[in-house]
Amino acid sequence: MLTQDITLTETHLPTTTEPRNPGMPLDLDWVARVQANTSAIERRCATLPGRRSVKKEHQAAWLLKAITLIDLTTLSGDDTARRVQRLCAKGRNPVRADILAALGMDQIHTGAICVYHEMVETAVAALAGSGIPVAAVSTGFPAGLSPFHLRVAEIKESVAAGAAEIDIVISRRHVLSGNWQALYDEMSEFRAACGEAHVKAILATGELGTLRNVARASLVCMMAGADFIKTSTGKESVNATLPVSLTMIRAIRDYYSETGFRVGYKPAGGISKAKDAITYLALIKDELGDRWLQPDMFRFGASSLLNDIERQLEHYVSGAYSATYRHAMG
Amino acid sequence: MSVSEIFESMEYGPALESAGQAHAWITANAPFGHFINGKMTAHSDGFASNNPATGEELAQLSQASADDVNTAVKSARTAFNSWSKTTGHERAKVLYALARLMQKHSRLFAVLETMDNGKPIRESRDIDIPLVARHFYYHAGMAQLMAAELPDRAPLGVCGQIIPWNFPMLMLAWKIAPALAMGNTVVLKPAEFTSLTALLFAQICNEAGVPKGVVNIVTGDGAVGEIITAHKDIDKIAFTGSTDVGRAIRKATAGSGKSLTLELGGKSPYIVFDDADIDSAIEGLVDAIWFNQGQVCCAGSRLLVQENIAETFYEKLRTRMDGLRIGDPLDKCIDVGAMVDPVQVARVHAMVQAADGNVYHAGTDCPSEGCFYPPTLITDVETSSPLMQEEIFGPVLVATTFRTPDEAVALANNTRFGLAATVWSENINLALDIAPKLVAGVVWVNATNLFDAAAGFGGTRESGFGREGGWAGLAAYTKPSKIEKTIAAAQPMPAPKDVQPSGLDRTAKFYFGGKQARPDSGYSTPIWSAKGKLIGHVGQGSRKDIRNAVEAATAAKAWAKTSGHLRAQILYYIGENLNARGAEFVDRLMAMTGMNAGHAKAEVAASVESLFTFAAWADKFEGRAAGVPLRGIALAMNEPTGIIGTLCGDQSSLLGVIRPMAANLAMGNRSVMIASGAYPLAATDLYQVLETSDVPAGAVNILCGDHAEMAPHLAAHMGVDAVWNMGDPSLAAAIEVASASNIKRTWNAQSPSDKDMLAQACEVKTVWVPYGE
Repeated sequence: MLTQDITLTETHLPTTTEPRNPGMPLDLDWVARVQANTSAIERRCATLPGRRSVKKEHQAAWLLKAITLIDLTTLSGDDTARRVQRLCAKGRNPVRADILAALGMDQIHTGAICVYHEMVETAVAALAGSGIPVAAVSTGFPAGLSPFHLRVAEIKESVAAGAAEIDIVISRRHVLSGNWQALYDEMSEFRAACGEAHVKAILATGELGTLRNVARASLVCMMAGADFIKTSTGKESVNATLPVSLTMIRAIRDYYSETGFRVGYKPAGGISKAKDAITYLALIKDELGDRWLQPDMFRFGASSLLNDIERQLEHYVSGAYSATYRHAMG
Repeated sequence: MSVSEIFESMEYGPALESAGQAHAWITANAPFGHFINGKMTAHSDGFASNNPATGEELAQLSQASADDVNTAVKSARTAFNSWSKTTGHERAKVLYALARLMQKHSRLFAVLETMDNGKPIRESRDIDIPLVARHFYYHAGMAQLMAAELPDRAPLGVCGQIIPWNFPMLMLAWKIAPALAMGNTVVLKPAEFTSLTALLFAQICNEAGVPKGVVNIVTGDGAVGEIITAHKDIDKIAFTGSTDVGRAIRKATAGSGKSLTLELGGKSPYIVFDDADIDSAIEGLVDAIWFNQGQVCCAGSRLLVQENIAETFYEKLRTRMDGLRIGDPLDKCIDVGAMVDPVQVARVHAMVQAADGNVYHAGTDCPSEGCFYPPTLITDVETSSPLMQEEIFGPVLVATTFRTPDEAVALANNTRFGLAATVWSENINLALDIAPKLVAGVVWVNATNLFDAAAGFGGTRESGFGREGGWAGLAAYTKPSKIEKTIAAAQPMPAPKDVQPSGLDRTAKFYFGGKQARPDSGYSTPIWSAKGKLIGHVGQGSRKDIRNAVEAATAAKAWAKTSGHLRAQILYYIGENLNARGAEFVDRLMAMTGMNAGHAKAEVAASVESLFTFAAWADKFEGRAAGVPLRGIALAMNEPTGIIGTLCGDQSSLLGVIRPMAANLAMGNRSVMIASGAYPLAATDLYQVLETSDVPAGAVNILCGDHAEMAPHLAAHMGVDAVWNMGDPSLAAAIEVASASNIKRTWNAQSPSDKDMLAQACEVKTVWVPYGE
């Protein structure tokens, strides 16, 4: 377990070693016990920004940390090699050098670059030597309704092309029809197809109807060996929200306390402000603990968040509010 | 710490709210006097108000003298003459201006509140002050609507209001907004620890156009409260604070004719069933017992967890506690601030030291200076422990387990208090079954400590009486506009010189639990007709008969759960049977009181009609769904008050029994009625009517005896929830003093309206049910 991880860690996962979640047999009793009271979860989330505030040098440090947790993403039909190369370059140098210097920080980079399969090779090449992993969205992303064998094959092709992380989409219909066994089996096969690449299970929470479904789907995916659970494709009408996040990370906490394995969390879609990023980090810190504030345990799936953070950092350094165009676009 | 170090540690840093403007306001205005007749008086007889988080002195305040209180009351009395005559719209404009000004100065109020009280700035900024503004907005509307919606109500007059230190501004708003809306004027005393925001409020009163003397604020300690309580020209006392002081105020105001509302202590249960969303229930506890350092009268301080999940629950709870951040209340990144005063910290510490359960203090940094106490959980606390019974009023949660829903209810209600309760379950059947069974003025389902101006708040048992907020809250600041003529007790017909025998003896016993029972004393009193004929004997009731009557009423608890439809049917049936025997009652009334046939017939007819009226109301005196700003419902449910003891009046010896009895029955109460002292036989004749009308045993209990002798025993009985004195008004003092035993409601009224009787026969319970999937 550990040995296989260590090789991966050196090239792809920049921080700490953590044993991979091996999964466990599907425990339907546990799944059935799960409850999620929506209004209570919403209240907790609504009061969180008022309870947790991070200012000055702490805010700067937290924002820098947030950058290292970003899966800098492009998932557009008009992506080209040059576009992806530019994004990868931004991932290597996410913050202007003078700002980093003023903050007394060494070079940092984003958590990963996230692309479609067709762009994996380009991205891998562009990131060579950076230690930044390439994540590929897969399994008929975003709807996940292509033939099953093709979805499995897609994973294998992306891994072969050099993707270190695979963001799969689950079959929402298994959740909506309460077919937990089917969800478990599907997730298990995806995990197996990933081999040594880490697998993030995208639940598409905006399409699951209830937070209880979100909690149950989270649990089943972890039982089936997901390394990360992720909210959304970014293509649903509702993507990452605090209530969904709270529900999912509470499932992660329960899974950890039951099995001893840490599963990572990735909210994706709709997080575009530095302030939101801080709130998310506070939520993770308070509910899961500091260990989850590292890139092997937490990622933001985001494209425009980075620029807002850069502006906040420049403001901290200069004392004056910044402008978008002063920071290199990704 | 450098940025790169924090980048590694990911610690929270200080995030201090600036105190600059609040300090500037204090500097510009200190030392403080009182706010009387629209002006600040000169500072005198000073005492210090301190910041509990730092111990620093914030300002010098003045201790009010009897003269200061006198001047304040005089100015309030003068102002009342005009303010009570202003239109609702005029008052609404003033209250609206107060609401707007609260919002405009919201941060200043919040920061000042936090400095003075020690509560986290998050709470004063996001909860207290917004609720204050909301309260003034809401009551601006009540002022606007008063003439149309409450045409039979009038303001009380000058209200003396004494408020605690735990929510200084919010309690001020809860007291002042409804009082002003209904046309009253006030003399308010904030707690001596926390007077600063009240003094800031005084300033905005002038900006809002509150006429001089309508609001007066005097500062000082409990001695000032005593002067207010005893003041002869105050019409109403509203008090929020400890049960002990509430009890003292009840005794001090007894017989003074002052209206009284008391919002006192609590030991509110927090029930978690095994099908609850456990993580949310734990987060709820943070809002229940670690909100405002646990210094909350309705704090969910008694955790009752279903046995099969208890250990897991406790473990998760301890982990959550470790994540709480304690510290400088002006820090925007803390959960728990400072307790209000070193005295409170010492008291809590002593109680926890004496604990008999497993004590766990949150594993989180707690400042060593200032009034801080760590969040604490004590598990395996037995019901017999003082920690389970007494209010701790600090961040200390005590816990025990239950096995079944019935046991949860039994444990929850095993307390002298009855303020609030919380239920967590994802099963709607279970949650909505439990909520009505909990003895509390407020029940939160899957939430806790939700407040709003539209939702009544207040307790039962030793948590006090009266409601604040909502329509029910207005009753605390109004009285019937029709002035009642008070009539003294009648004297029984004198014994004649020559006793004439009465023919075949009919013995009027007492009526307990559906059976006729002999008086415990073994003594009887003859009842003479107006013409000097012996028309019967009645037993001389004693305190033991009261005990027996209350036992019978207690056993009849199923009556409280019957449907309004069933209660209506029984009331109609009583009316039918009374009507059938109408001639007999006419004869009895004529013989007993000497009234003419026409009057006697009219009284019997009115009695039958009254039974019909209350039968009609039985399924129509409905609660409300309060318009709270929440996705969910807040139900204001009319629940029976419980066991009501009534001293029946002499003026209408039949109708005087029928009306309170019917009102009690209609709303599901059980009655212990002491018949008119002078003319008891109309009541005793009713036994046979009740026996033939399907009235369940114990729902109505009737006895006779000397009111003056029996009233204190009835009022002191801790199994009685309310006493209505509809007879001799001079007994009010004795009743009110005795009622302090369990802080029961008392009511003196000789000919109240039907609606007022129905309102007295109910407790409004607010059940909050947030929903959403």
